[in-house]
Amino acid sequence: MKEIYLDNNATTRVDDAVFEEMRPYFCELYGNPSSMHFFGGQVQRKIDEARNRTASLLGAHPEEIIFTSCGTESNNTAIRSALEAFPERRHIITTRVEHPAVLTPCRNLSKKGYRVTELSVDGEGRLDLDELRKVIDEDTAIVSVMYANNETGVVFPVEEVGAVVKEKGVLFHTDAVQAVGKIPLNMADSTVDMLSLSGHKLHAPKGIGALYVRKGTPFRPFLVGGHQERSRRAGTENTAGIIALGKASELAGQYLEDENTRVKAMRDRLESEILRLIPNVRVNGGGTLRLPNTCSVAFEYVEGEAILLLLSEKGICASSGSACTSGSLEPSHVLRAMGVPFTCAHGSIRFSLSRFTTDEEIDAVIRELPPIIHRLRELSPFGRESLAKG
Amino acid sequence: MWDYTDKVREHFLNPKNVGEIPDADAVGEVGSLACGDALKLYLKLDDKKERIVDAKFQTFGCASAIASSSALTEMIKGKTLDEALKITNQDIADFLGGLPEEKMHCSVMGQEALEVAIAKYRGGPIPGHEHVQPEMTGEVVCKCFGITDEFLKKVIRENRLHSAEQVTHFTKAGGGCGGCIPQINALIAEVMGEQPKEEQKKPGKLSNLRKMQLIQEILENEVRPLLWADGGDLELIDIAGSTVQIAFRKACAGCISSGHTAKFVEQKLREAVADDIRVEEVEG
Repeated sequence: MKEIYLDNNATTRVDDAVFEEMRPYFCELYGNPSSMHFFGGQVQRKIDEARNRTASLLGAHPEEIIFTSCGTESNNTAIRSALEAFPERRHIITTRVEHPAVLTPCRNLSKKGYRVTELSVDGEGRLDLDELRKVIDEDTAIVSVMYANNETGVVFPVEEVGAVVKEKGVLFHTDAVQAVGKIPLNMADSTVDMLSLSGHKLHAPKGIGALYVRKGTPFRPFLVGGHQERSRRAGTENTAGIIALGKASELAGQYLEDENTRVKAMRDRLESEILRLIPNVRVNGGGTLRLPNTCSVAFEYVEGEAILLLLSEKGICASSGSACTSGSLEPSHVLRAMGVPFTCAHGSIRFSLSRFTTDEEIDAVIRELPPIIHRLRELSPFGRESLAKG
Repeated sequence: MWDYTDKVREHFLNPKNVGEIPDADAVGEVGSLACGDALKLYLKLDDKKERIVDAKFQTFGCASAIASSSALTEMIKGKTLDEALKITNQDIADFLGGLPEEKMHCSVMGQEALEVAIAKYRGGPIPGHEHVQPEMTGEVVCKCFGITDEFLKKVIRENRLHSAEQVTHFTKAGGGCGGCIPQINALIAEVMGEQPKEEQKKPGKLSNLRKMQLIQEILENEVRPLLWADGGDLELIDIAGSTVQIAFRKACAGCISSGHTAKFVEQKLREAVADDIRVEEVEG
């Protein structure tokens, strides 16, 4: 069975061109870029090229890019760096809907005596900037607000948030793991001090990420040891991964328009057909600016894991923000923060597309999904009235 | 990926006995939309009203909830009510070739629905229980999912559970805000026949100043972070002798459970500071 992969916010396939670019750096050009000899030097030059490419995607200077092992490392590094750079400041501001890669370090820090404020969101997943204005103070070391939400695709007004943050002279970090490659970014004209990205969300392999750190931003390394990454991230470079991320960044720039036209059109079609064909459905965050590739829909009276399993039987790969798949028992913290009613929070499914998604695949989902929801609603003791319409 | 047996898969993809029995003799309903799973079980008895001749179900829930319901109906058909009552949640899990531990609560739900159906049919409550729903007798421990100490003790005993995490997997208790995990640990200790261990040694006689400092520390480091996690907060207004005045903020302000939260704060402070602490909620 050929898979229909609509889980690109979880991870993406490595682009063939990216794989070709990185391939020689395993068995042939395996030198250490720090070495004095020509054999390492040629790898160093390729890493420089990758840095230029990633910087260019972000509208940044190459020296502002630190390669890391993943988005999680980038996020942890940014938060810890700010706290170490301003040891007298004991307050962190973030949001309730962040990825665990930000929320968990913040919550751990709150147990160590830091004050952590998690900004709330409204029913459409939007932030209240007045709440931020109220809580930010001279004790705040860092504000970390995601660029776009992984579950709903809701895009935060990062520059508006940044304007409030910079007015107070506080460091501003954004977890842009889901945004890079999907919406245009330009650090040259931005309030962002630090930005995290992850390779495997943009068709590079797993195990490579980057942290953008604006020139002049106080920075303290997380990993210390050798002088790699200008002593900002010790550890022998993941050469093949870095080279892959460079190529993936270049391609992401080229496909940005495609992402916002063709991919977005497919997403919109999927969404409107689901709404047309299936009763008692709501789009999470549907009323606000969202990533062009993400569609989070809540089906009332059915449970997400059951939907995913039946989709999987048809070769369709999606994801749920629901209780049963994530290991925890309550619906996802994102949907809860948005106040999505319990009647449908358990039945939320996320479809996330990529440039590899085809119209035929969207057709298949539109064909297979309605009977699956109908079948589960027939099993369910609730919402019998929705069956008549379906 | 799901760690399910072929039997679970089979009962999920092709569940047996789905639907309603319009003239059922007994109906048992457990769970709710808010809980994330629910089961409605219908039983039809023979003319002597002793033996189950037909069983059907409707389930809202994940794959293992659907499979457990299907398995349960298969297992009880042909059994007398007394025989059926002997089925434990573990029997349901065994019938399916095992369930992942995180999903054991699905088998518990099946067993519960059966108990409720039979108790309702027989008219009398389950021995010693006023209400028909067995999970609703006793004191509520887990407020997120409305689960009582009686029910938890039964599940802990029957499944020989020894950690709060296991209890969460079997019953969901503790899987929401996590505020009841200390109580769950105490119940496990009780069932295991041990005295609950003294978690923190209480300090001896405290000066007023030290007492106030300690109260502030506990509120800052142990209480407020828990409230923040749910978008709430509190503010310490005043300390007068052993009376601690607090005001709830953000999501906690006006929350219907703020009374419980105040009790929780009081309990925390009593454990760590002094037994006579009283927490008072004030407007501030």
